[in-house]
Amino acid sequence: MNATYDVVIIGAGAVGSLIARELARYQLSILLIDKNSDVGEGTTKANTAIVHAGYDAKPGSAKARLNVAGNRMFEILCGELDIEFDRCGTLVAAMDADDLRTLEALRERGIANGVPGLEILDAAATLAHAPALNPAVRGALWAPTGGLVDPFQMALGAAENAVMNGVELALETLVTGFERQCKRLQGVVTDRGTFYTRWVIIAAGLWADDLMRKAGLTGFNIRPRKGEYYVLDRRTAEVMRSVLFPCPTPVSKGIMVTRTIHDNVLLGPNAVHVDDKNDLDVTAEGVDEVWQGALKLVPGLDRRDVIRSFAGLRASGSTDDFVISIPDEPQGLVVLAGIESPGLTAAPAIALQVCEMLREAGLRLDEKPGFNPLRRAVPRLAQLSLAERRVLIEQDPRYGHIVCRCEGVSEGQVAAACHGPIPARTYDGLKRRTRLGSGRCQGAFDLPLVIDIMARELGISPLEFTAKGGASRYLVNPEEAGG
Amino acid sequence: MSLPHWDVVVIGGGPAGMAAASEARAEGAERVLVIERNTEAGGILPQCVHNGFGLRVFGSDLTGPEYASRWLRRAEMAQVEFMLQSMVLEINADRRVLVSGAGKLHELSAGALVLATGCRERPRGALNIAGSRPAGILTAGTAQRLVNIEGYMPGKRYVILGSGDIGMIMARRLTLAGAQVLAMAEVLPYVSGLRRNLVQCVHDFDIPLHTSTTVTRTIGRERLEAVELCAVDQHWQPLCETARTIACDTLLLSVGLLPEIELARMAHVGLDPLTGGARVDESLQTSVPGVFAAGNMVHVYDLVDAVTESALRAGRQAARYVLGNRLTTAVTPQTIELGVNIHHVVPQVLHLTPELDELVIELRVRSPIEQPVRVEFLADGERVVSQRLRYARPSEMIVLTLKPDEIACLQRAEHLSVNCRPWES
Ligand SMILES: Cc1cc2nc3c(=O)[nH]c(=O)nc-3n(C[C@H](O)[C@H](O)[C@H](O)COP(=O)(O)OP(=O)(O)OC[C@H]3O[C@@H](n4cnc5c(N)ncnc54)[C@H](O)[C@@H]3O)c2cc1C
Ligand SMILES: Cc1cc2nc3c(=O)[nH]c(=O)nc-3n(C[C@H](O)[C@H](O)[C@H](O)COP(=O)(O)OP(=O)(O)OC[C@H]3O[C@@H](n4cnc5c(N)ncnc54)[C@H](O)[C@@H]3O)c2cc1C
Repeated sequence: MNATYDVVIIGAGAVGSLIARELARYQLSILLIDKNSDVGEGTTKANTAIVHAGYDAKPGSAKARLNVAGNRMFEILCGELDIEFDRCGTLVAAMDADDLRTLEALRERGIANGVPGLEILDAAATLAHAPALNPAVRGALWAPTGGLVDPFQMALGAAENAVMNGVELALETLVTGFERQCKRLQGVVTDRGTFYTRWVIIAAGLWADDLMRKAGLTGFNIRPRKGEYYVLDRRTAEVMRSVLFPCPTPVSKGIMVTRTIHDNVLLGPNAVHVDDKNDLDVTAEGVDEVWQGALKLVPGLDRRDVIRSFAGLRASGSTDDFVISIPDEPQGLVVLAGIESPGLTAAPAIALQVCEMLREAGLRLDEKPGFNPLRRAVPRLAQLSLAERRVLIEQDPRYGHIVCRCEGVSEGQVAAACHGPIPARTYDGLKRRTRLGSGRCQGAFDLPLVIDIMARELGISPLEFTAKGGASRYLVNPEEAGG
Repeated sequence: MSLPHWDVVVIGGGPAGMAAASEARAEGAERVLVIERNTEAGGILPQCVHNGFGLRVFGSDLTGPEYASRWLRRAEMAQVEFMLQSMVLEINADRRVLVSGAGKLHELSAGALVLATGCRERPRGALNIAGSRPAGILTAGTAQRLVNIEGYMPGKRYVILGSGDIGMIMARRLTLAGAQVLAMAEVLPYVSGLRRNLVQCVHDFDIPLHTSTTVTRTIGRERLEAVELCAVDQHWQPLCETARTIACDTLLLSVGLLPEIELARMAHVGLDPLTGGARVDESLQTSVPGVFAAGNMVHVYDLVDAVTESALRAGRQAARYVLGNRLTTAVTPQTIELGVNIHHVVPQVLHLTPELDELVIELRVRSPIEQPVRVEFLADGERVVSQRLRYARPSEMIVLTLKPDEIACLQRAEHLSVNCRPWES
């Protein structure tokens, strides 16, 4: 059987998408597959979105090395791919004497991991950094290289740039197994047919262990750990601009209070084992734990500012560290598993490492002459000057027609999102590309407008428009309403 | 560079905006502009195809669109200018306005501003319902717009959370359209909307109403499949043993309206945490001179007629401000204190100038009293006006109107307050 592709990547999260973009620099034919209706819809869309400095992981671990290496890459990566990123620095707050000792241990670990600029602040300096913090705070670890990022844009930016450079993308395509010839994988079996390839990369997040088993690799298991969150209105970010961690416990970095890159405030996550990898339900106990935890850091939070809750699942593996390997058998396979936090931060460095591993394993990586590393996101109207906005409106009058009042998103942006390299096809896809519907009214104002605009841009009936693909339609046929 | 200038700019073309603009013209303001983001004026009214509008103002029972078109005609007769499909993005305390619309983005300035931006619905996030986040959960007003304006149907089998007026009206509307409304749940022990709607929209259509009950969980990954209902105790805490699930494809939220105050905040207008809207004085002026407020952005009204009446005053006073005919700034403002069983009052503050010849106090009670009540306005403990009502309910706004001689009684008082308690026989 002749391979159609040099590389098939399973999973278009931050990890798979960045690998695709990295490999797109070379003369290779590449297919990126995801089962969802959009890229980045797995764990990548629902996490804390911190670019970690790198003092958490055990020195010598892959997590530690790739965290610190990945962290250094964000300016260039986010500049090239037009991803919002803010290296604002992060704080770990100590509330008692035990915590102060923990800070010292974290600092030493950070130094061992090669994290620059770590500093222990006294109470006064801590409060000067973070005035909203509990005044009982005793001190904090200041990590100037920590930051905030838009995690969905990491996957989208990388995948769009990959597509611009020739990578094929197959969405709504579920990998169900593999075809083998002797010791080597040769095909990726999906519900849309089999794709023949020389190399397979499993970057399937929570499902990495299932796919590994299908490829004949046993012994590695993922047990999802849920993290729940509250999102607060922008109003809160006017007073709470810091990134605040509590002191970590052995199982988790703890419930934090952080501004997001979009100037909301995020509270969470807790950590609860679940069995179902699709279980993204928010529980009453969970968000309560989040609220109580957050109050310890910032006592002045107001419940009325909550605009949303959500949950994400950590792909916690049975090894404590990231698994990034080319097994002896089957051949032609790269496995990425257990990529839990700081997976987002590490992702750019993971992508580089995967390229190196493939090169060493014999894949020829000849540079592609026309590779273009630059990609532009949908314009972010709310961040532009009046003059810049007028230029856009002159090009396309729809940039003046505001359809989302809370986030100030225009019809022009909706249209742009529908016609990018990876078009938005659902409400969620639109929301993640433009912020539409993610403000305090949560879509109540824009939905009726957007249904019509999207139907027109996508050339579908309004009845077919969905929230997130599949059966998630907004409307029913009026004739059937009585049925 | 000087900006295009209007004497009075009204933001929002709903009933409040149209009334304020018309009255500003009648009072003598030359150039009056209404800026409205929708394709037509009328605010929320075009989607309110039911009747019940205008009984007081016009003496006839109109539908929402009819009421709106009467005011549109008045505004046009008064030569009010309209700028439609134009969203105001920013304002400031100097009354500069930034407007965006298809193909345009421009600034203008105003001698006086009237904020008439209406209200928005409280979203799910504010409610703390556990579970999944599938399609099929929307606010009742959004559903009303989809059904009545766009001609769409958001679902077949509905549960409605909250017993606000829009929820009750939608229960009837959806039933008439052939859909099933399986339950209406209200966390309070009583319905939060108007009695009239309870009878005509819920009882008459046999909609199962569950008070002291809430939705605790949503079920379904892609489209809503069911919700979990739970009775609550007197502290609104769910009683888990009462939990039961109802299969449905749509959950409508009718859990309250919040004044739309984003623009007001930008201009640093003082707000009232009790109403969620702008703090105003007797002339509907906010804490920022020359910036007035009208309609649902001041506090959420139940009847459009009351919106119109108060907006007329706002428009009149805005015109007087521009024409230099206002003297209120000379006196120190006095706050109206909230007495027995009063949730809030509008206006919150009074400038008791000798010229003051009209004073209307709007208020809502905190808890219902289902027997005759006395609503009274006190100056230093002395009753200045008192009104007897058959009952008092939070859902029904109460209005006290003071005549000039009564206003005169307030002039030198140190404490002004309002009470509502059972009528002492
Ligand atoms: C609660 C929480 C908080 C976190 N906070 C941070 C943080 O602050 N900073 C940080 O750096 N990291 C953080 N992380 C970790 C980070 O989110 C993840 O490491 C990162 O998103 C992993 O990306 P991924 O591409 O490996 O996985 P995913 O984004 O899950 O992508 C995997 C993709 O594979 C697809 N897929 C799976 N199986 C199949 C199949 N059979 N066929 C086709 N497609 C398939 C899925 O649809 C999915 O899109 C956090 C994680 C969680 C859960
Ligand atoms: C569903 C429903 C049913 C009702 N039923 C009845 C009834 O049966 N009888 C009755 O008497 N009353 C009823 N009411 C009450 C009455 O309709 C409202 O009180 C009245 O519409 C409020 O008027 P308003 O002008 O303050 O606000 P709205 O009608 O909401 O108008 C506000 C306007 O401001 C515009 N706007 C907001 N922000 C901006 C901006 N930044 N730039 C430009 N424009 C902006 C909006 O687009 C809108 O057109 C009902 C209300 C609702 C919501």
